[in-house]
Amino acid sequence: MAYQFDFGAILPHWKLLLDGVVLTTELAAIGAVAGVGLGILGAWARTARTPVISQLVGVYVELIRNTPFLVQLFFIFFGLPALGIKLSEFQAAALAMVVNLGAYSTEIVRAGIQAIPAGQIEAAQSLAMNRVQIFRYIIIRPALKKIWPALSSQVVIVMLGSSVCSQIAAEELTFAANYIQGMNFRAFEVYFVTTGLYLVMSILLRQILKVFGNFLFERRNHA
Amino acid sequence: MSLVELHAIHKSFGALQVLKGIDLKIDEGQVIALIGKSGSGKSTLLRTINGLETIDDGTIMVAGKKVGDHDTDLLQLRLNVGMVFQQFNLFPHYTALENVMLSPQVVKKQSKGEARKIAEEMLAKVGLSDKMMHYPDQLSGGQQQRVAIARALAMKPRVLLCDEVTSALDPELVNEVLAVVRQLAEEGMTLVMVTHEMRFAREVCDSLVFMHQGRIHESGNPEHVFASPKTPELASFVGGLAG
Ligand SMILES: Nc1ncnc2c1ncn2[C@@H]1O[C@H](COP(=O)(O)OP(=O)(O)OP(=O)(O)O)[C@@H](O)[C@H]1O
Ligand SMILES: [Mg+2]
Repeated sequence: MAYQFDFGAILPHWKLLLDGVVLTTELAAIGAVAGVGLGILGAWARTARTPVISQLVGVYVELIRNTPFLVQLFFIFFGLPALGIKLSEFQAAALAMVVNLGAYSTEIVRAGIQAIPAGQIEAAQSLAMNRVQIFRYIIIRPALKKIWPALSSQVVIVMLGSSVCSQIAAEELTFAANYIQGMNFRAFEVYFVTTGLYLVMSILLRQILKVFGNFLFERRNHA
Repeated sequence: MSLVELHAIHKSFGALQVLKGIDLKIDEGQVIALIGKSGSGKSTLLRTINGLETIDDGTIMVAGKKVGDHDTDLLQLRLNVGMVFQQFNLFPHYTALENVMLSPQVVKKQSKGEARKIAEEMLAKVGLSDKMMHYPDQLSGGQQQRVAIARALAMKPRVLLCDEVTSALDPELVNEVLAVVRQLAEEGMTLVMVTHEMRFAREVCDSLVFMHQGRIHESGNPEHVFASPKTPELASFVGGLAG
């Protein structure tokens, strides 16, 4: 007997899905802002003259990039309480995303920094700028501009990766979908709609990042 | 006392000894041309005067103060010593005007108005008042180099170091940059320039320093030095250029 599609079966649960979308959005927003911020700091630290700092950041980056996100999440949520650090599902999910994106964006931003011609940094030095001034005024904007597409992709990946947070019962979109599916057994319809929602969110996020990038890197004084 | 005094400067890159004991005095208002074969250490010497290379041995005195290797010493040094590079090195994300304004604002903490006034003055001096709002990639090489000169001048350095400032330019753009350097020299700016433009060096400079294998091999008044080189190395260098 053929399967009878019934998308109407999801309608009563629209509120749950919406809550899931909102939570996923919140996680993505926190992850993106704090994660990229952390990445910029990390990339800066990688250029530090004190090798210890640079190496510590290197260890962090490799640790995160070579372990699964789910395990990182479990470690934060189930593991850290052993050290007395007890976080809510949402806090743990947000922290995991920040830590994860922070590591990847450290490497991406670092590549952007390395692409800045040494001559520009020397020119800035010869103008008596100090290290912080050089980073802030000379390096960071062109560096981010160079790697903005790669960074944007990574932000989207991490946003989608938030679906894993359903595993610790953070009530984001995938959690909502699982929950609804558990009630009405309409797996096809529920995950079909959920897929669509993720797709829309990804496209929107990409657009937002693109517009933000244009704003950040646009030339304001026109010749 | 001279504005800049170098004493027994030694510098190696690994096993390669590049500067083997350089003594040089730069007086206020002096215009010095640094010449010599490729690899003789000209750029390295200029870069040590600007603190872009650390030295292994010797002392650098600028305006009567010994330059140490602390960051603050270097910043202090660079307030006195400006530099212009072969590759212009303008900041691509700023307009010509912003390139010139940036350091006075962030380093000297000048107000935007003040910095802008000086920047406009310097850009006018290099003949680029009509290009202030252009980005580096909208300027020719000669124009970019003139912005770079204006950018260095806006910090009001007491010495300006120029490392082959016309070597990256198409031949037809060389003169507009040399004209600016010549004007600076006439105004009494203290200049040290590495150059392969021998005619220019002869006309504009009051001292010529010939470097050979990491040492100052011969120096003196350009007319004399060119007319009757004392060492065979300089004779062959000058001869090689003519031939
Ligand atoms: N950062 C560096 N690391 C290693 N070797 C270097 C470095 N910078 C310069 N050298 C070497 O030091 C020597 C002197 O270089 P320098 O650039 O001072 O010569 P130069 O006189 O300016 O030559 P040119 O006329 O070609 O510009 C060269 O052999 C060069 O290869
Ligand atoms: Mg050189």
